[in-house]
Amino acid sequence: MHHTIEVKALKFAYPDGRQALCGVNLMVEPGRKMALVGPNGAGKSTLLLHLNGIFKGQEGSVEVAGLSMDNGNLGQIRAAVGLVFQNPDDQLFSPTVFDDVAFGPLHMGLDEHEVHHRVESALKAVQMESYINRVSHHLSIGEKKRIAIATVLSMSPEILVLDEPTAGLDPRARRNLINLLRDLDMTMLVSSHDMALVAELFPLVAIMDGGQIVAEGETAVLLADKGLLERHGLEMP
Amino acid sequence: MHIHLVDQYQAGSSIIHRRDPRIKVGLTLLFILTASLLPFGAFGAYAVLFATVMAVAVVSGVGVSYVLKRSFIALPFALAAITLPFTIPGETLLTVPVFGGIIITIEGTIRFASILIKSWISVQMAILMVAVTPFPDMLWGLRALYIPQPLISIISFMYRYLFVLSDEVLRLLRARASRSAAVPGKRSGGTILWRGKVAGRMAGSLMLRSFERSERIYNAMASRGYQGKFRSFARPSLNSTDYLFLMLGIMFFGSILVVSFT
Amino acid sequence: MIHRLSILLRPEALHIPDGFLSAPVSIVGWILAVIIIGYALRQTREHLGERQIPVLGVLAAFIFAAQAINFPVAGGTSGHMLGGALAAIVLGPWSAVLVMTAVIGLQALLFQDGGLLVMGWNIVNMGVLTILTGSLVYRFLNGRLGRSRTSLIIGGAVGAWLSVEIAALATAVELAASGTTPLNIGLTAMLGVHALIGIGEAIISVGALLLIHSTRPDLLEMGETAPGQSSARWIGAGLALAVIVAVFSFAASGSPDGLERVAEDQAFIDTALDPVYNIFPDYTLPFIGNETISGILAVVLGTMIVFGLLYLFGRVLRRRTAG
Repeated sequence: MHHTIEVKALKFAYPDGRQALCGVNLMVEPGRKMALVGPNGAGKSTLLLHLNGIFKGQEGSVEVAGLSMDNGNLGQIRAAVGLVFQNPDDQLFSPTVFDDVAFGPLHMGLDEHEVHHRVESALKAVQMESYINRVSHHLSIGEKKRIAIATVLSMSPEILVLDEPTAGLDPRARRNLINLLRDLDMTMLVSSHDMALVAELFPLVAIMDGGQIVAEGETAVLLADKGLLERHGLEMP
Repeated sequence: MHIHLVDQYQAGSSIIHRRDPRIKVGLTLLFILTASLLPFGAFGAYAVLFATVMAVAVVSGVGVSYVLKRSFIALPFALAAITLPFTIPGETLLTVPVFGGIIITIEGTIRFASILIKSWISVQMAILMVAVTPFPDMLWGLRALYIPQPLISIISFMYRYLFVLSDEVLRLLRARASRSAAVPGKRSGGTILWRGKVAGRMAGSLMLRSFERSERIYNAMASRGYQGKFRSFARPSLNSTDYLFLMLGIMFFGSILVVSFT
Repeated sequence: MIHRLSILLRPEALHIPDGFLSAPVSIVGWILAVIIIGYALRQTREHLGERQIPVLGVLAAFIFAAQAINFPVAGGTSGHMLGGALAAIVLGPWSAVLVMTAVIGLQALLFQDGGLLVMGWNIVNMGVLTILTGSLVYRFLNGRLGRSRTSLIIGGAVGAWLSVEIAALATAVELAASGTTPLNIGLTAMLGVHALIGIGEAIISVGALLLIHSTRPDLLEMGETAPGQSSARWIGAGLALAVIVAVFSFAASGSPDGLERVAEDQAFIDTALDPVYNIFPDYTLPFIGNETISGILAVVLGTMIVFGLLYLFGRVLRRRTAG
């Protein structure tokens, strides 16, 4: 049984020379829910973009769903890793909700019947079945975030990777999203500044700072360590 | 995640940097005009202009390799002139033994080389101009060359939001890539028409968001008293070094042209 | 980085660098660009008022960024959009002229994508011709075919495709007039390559139009009621005629040497050009010595006369129908 995500000694520098990842090691086992926390500039978003091959590290390796990161595997990797970005506007580029959620399955070449089935199940999983024919542009940010999750769920990924899911949400929308994530029975890796979310939903946490994972383990243990949190620009609410 | 639309300005305080933007822009335009007016085959003159570019690159501290590296940008366009060695009539340079013998003429080759060289040195001077002039100064310089203020303001605004919107496109493209999956056994990617349609929709939704953003921006500006015109501080006038550069430049380019035509 | 990438990947060859057009040809381009930009500024100032600068500025940034949106076509090539036709349809012709001018200006100034002396023609080709073509064709087809979703698709697609072809045509003419590329080769290459590229433009433009139509149709209305629809028509007709005249005049003129030789070889000159010849004998103005310059000036004058006549005609017609 493979690890869903296996990152080993990953190093990555941007074209302008800035070293963003300095040897990252991270394993996520199937079925686990892990949070990724750390200050801005730690490299969290950069790391996430390595998980579906958008960035390629200069050193080290990334294996996802048992597949190594080569060009030949990218298509399957993107089906296995459902990456949801922070700003839903970047992901909802179709006129209707149906079109957006159907993009993934359509790209995969599934037949029409299967596409419809996938769209309906994905919207059901985020409790937005009635939105199927709505115009994405007019939705509220909370609604858009849930649709954005549906757009990757329709590809039946092995793992859901989310970048700042609760950013910009009002308390009600945030509560709805937390409930949604709790009810989704999937492997998850979530990058977030929302420490209350982390404490509530994620049994495992990895702390990232300066391009490396500096601590990893059970959330209850790590988040109780005030000194550790403070050293890496974090605090509990 | 920042898009690296590199700001082309290379800070410095050389005698070139310190010139009034009007001089920098104006002399660059004169340089390019001179290159353009030179007859074909004036290789001596081209060499002098090239030496000028190199001198400016060195004196300004921008560096020769910086300029040379970026100067090959227009290379693909060379194809436009590629037929010249074959079509301009004149003395045969050599005959290519295909299709019954294609003639390459000396005149044609000279013209081809001349166009490429002129283009190459022009782009180098343009690169230098941008490297020694911060963008806001350049816009001010253009204003002083009688480009209408509203157009300058539009470009200035555009520059401010260029990075924001380019970042957004980058994220759109990444989000699309993240959902561009494949399963073994099925042909992925859809049809060309479908892919094009999706790209169009991305453009359309970005256009809508841009409109709405521009409305928010206008509201913010109106709340700060904007009524259609920008006020800015007055700029210093040309100093004696500026005039010196201008005069020398005009004389220099003028003499190159006169010498080449005689 | 995205811009570097988009230059390399973008297949259209319409951003002319310095050196490929002769000085006289470049100056004619600047004259045209200046006149049209001045006109566009006046038209949009009245229409947009204070909003002119933020709206057009942000939309110019949009067009610039949107040129990097691509879709894979085949074997590593991808389709892109220049955006002139889309801008024209959504914003109205004169706002679109300013937007595209800003884009082209900035690309040349900051990224050396397009030259400085030749910018006049780059603006006319990509910022005026594309707009007039896209706008006029779209409005004509959309109006004639019933203003439905289908007519929007057809009008948008044909308008966008033609806009690229016309820009390519004009570029070929300018290159020929400068003696850089023989006219027949230039036309074949430019029109041929851009016939394919225009398909990318058409697909992306229509995709964008449809999304805007289904989400905020009021914005499309805005483009329709933007000022200058009728003046756009006359200027468009004038420019089209001028381009045709220019093609024939440079095929026949004495100055671009390679051109004439090729033209003679192809018996191009033997086509029925006699009546046109007699207006400007030998395509030169008798009192100006240098052949190239007088040839160019003859065409410019001819163009301006055609423009002027059409514009006056248009005004008279409008006054008649209004009164």
